[in-house]
Amino acid sequence: MTSERNASEADSIEALLPWHAAGTLTRRDAERVEAALKRDPELARRFEMVRDELGATIQLNETLGAPSARAMTDLFAKIDAEPKRAARGIGLGGRISEFFGGFTPRAMAYASAAAVLAIVLQAGVIGVMVSKSSGGGGYETASAPTTAPDVGAFTIIRFAPQATMDDITKFMEMNKFSVVAGPTAGGLYKVRVRQAALAPDDLNALVKTLQSDKVVGFAAPSR
Amino acid sequence: MQTSSDEVLISRIANGDRLAMQVLFARHHVRVYRFVLRLVRNEATAEDLISEVFLDVWRQAAKFEGRSAVSTWMLSIARFKALSALRRKPEHELDEDMAEAIEDHSDDPEVTLAKKDKGALLREALSALSAEHREVIDLVYYHEKSVEEVARIVEIPEATVKTRMFYARKKLSELLKERGIDRGWP
Repeated sequence: MTSERNASEADSIEALLPWHAAGTLTRRDAERVEAALKRDPELARRFEMVRDELGATIQLNETLGAPSARAMTDLFAKIDAEPKRAARGIGLGGRISEFFGGFTPRAMAYASAAAVLAIVLQAGVIGVMVSKSSGGGGYETASAPTTAPDVGAFTIIRFAPQATMDDITKFMEMNKFSVVAGPTAGGLYKVRVRQAALAPDDLNALVKTLQSDKVVGFAAPSR
Repeated sequence: MQTSSDEVLISRIANGDRLAMQVLFARHHVRVYRFVLRLVRNEATAEDLISEVFLDVWRQAAKFEGRSAVSTWMLSIARFKALSALRRKPEHELDEDMAEAIEDHSDDPEVTLAKKDKGALLREALSALSAEHREVIDLVYYHEKSVEEVARIVEIPEATVKTRMFYARKKLSELLKERGIDRGWP
């Protein structure tokens, strides 16, 4: 029974070798394969075979050349002949993707989108909690979180190109900031830095502090 | 230098941004072309098809839901277009293409082995695989697609992807054996 299970495990590991060679396994599966390769010399020999196949396939495809300029000319002639479409606004998902898309590789844009969404949701949840704890009588303190776009103190921020998704998420969470608009073409975001308006001197002082943060490439006060 | 992710480009294309389309085309057209070319084995047809693939991307961008990577989505469209083109092609043209693709094996294995290095023989064997086997090998090794992504592109269950890859590699061993290389597997 145990040997059958071991054989089945070995088969399932061997089936993963092509994806391990291409580097497309999840970390967990890659670790399973790596461990098996260390303890099984025959599997390691077969893995070398897979690596040869990988190299030959890449070489073969690279010899196929590229299409001529005709493909692009044809495509854009067809696109130009298409009826004009009405511009749609970029949805929240698109905006969030744009938010991190500029700093990080594609895969991280998904994770970044989730992180920003979490911050937005968190702010919303806290807002609901505060309004509930106030008894629902219609009164809210000036410092209570708000979703009104024009209430609060704002800055314009461009994040440093080398800032990772983790850096930005931590920065936003630690400071309790939220993005209210952006990005512009230059990668600028309007960020709410306080739930209530700040005096100009206080906002300038805050911007100065932000400018010294390694996550921030550029910061300026905003209305 | 910051680059936009494919998903961002798609959302811009959905708004009619021609420049975003150019960026996406520049980024992916060679790989899409090679994928199609390996299926249809005709350069002119492959060129025509990639225009059609990217035109579909232009038209369908607003419907892209991000359930897969943009490159996976495009390869799915490309595959559909390539298979449709193959179905439309007269049988005698297919035969001619196949004849061009099949190499002359008049030498016996020892002579063949002496003439070519192992890498060249491996590439020759890869070219001699059936379209179905070639496709899965290319998607995994060249297009770097995961099991899940291959399943999505080829529209088969994930377990079948693994099985198909196993049989493609087994066939490769057989083709190499015919050319004088015994890999001792399977």
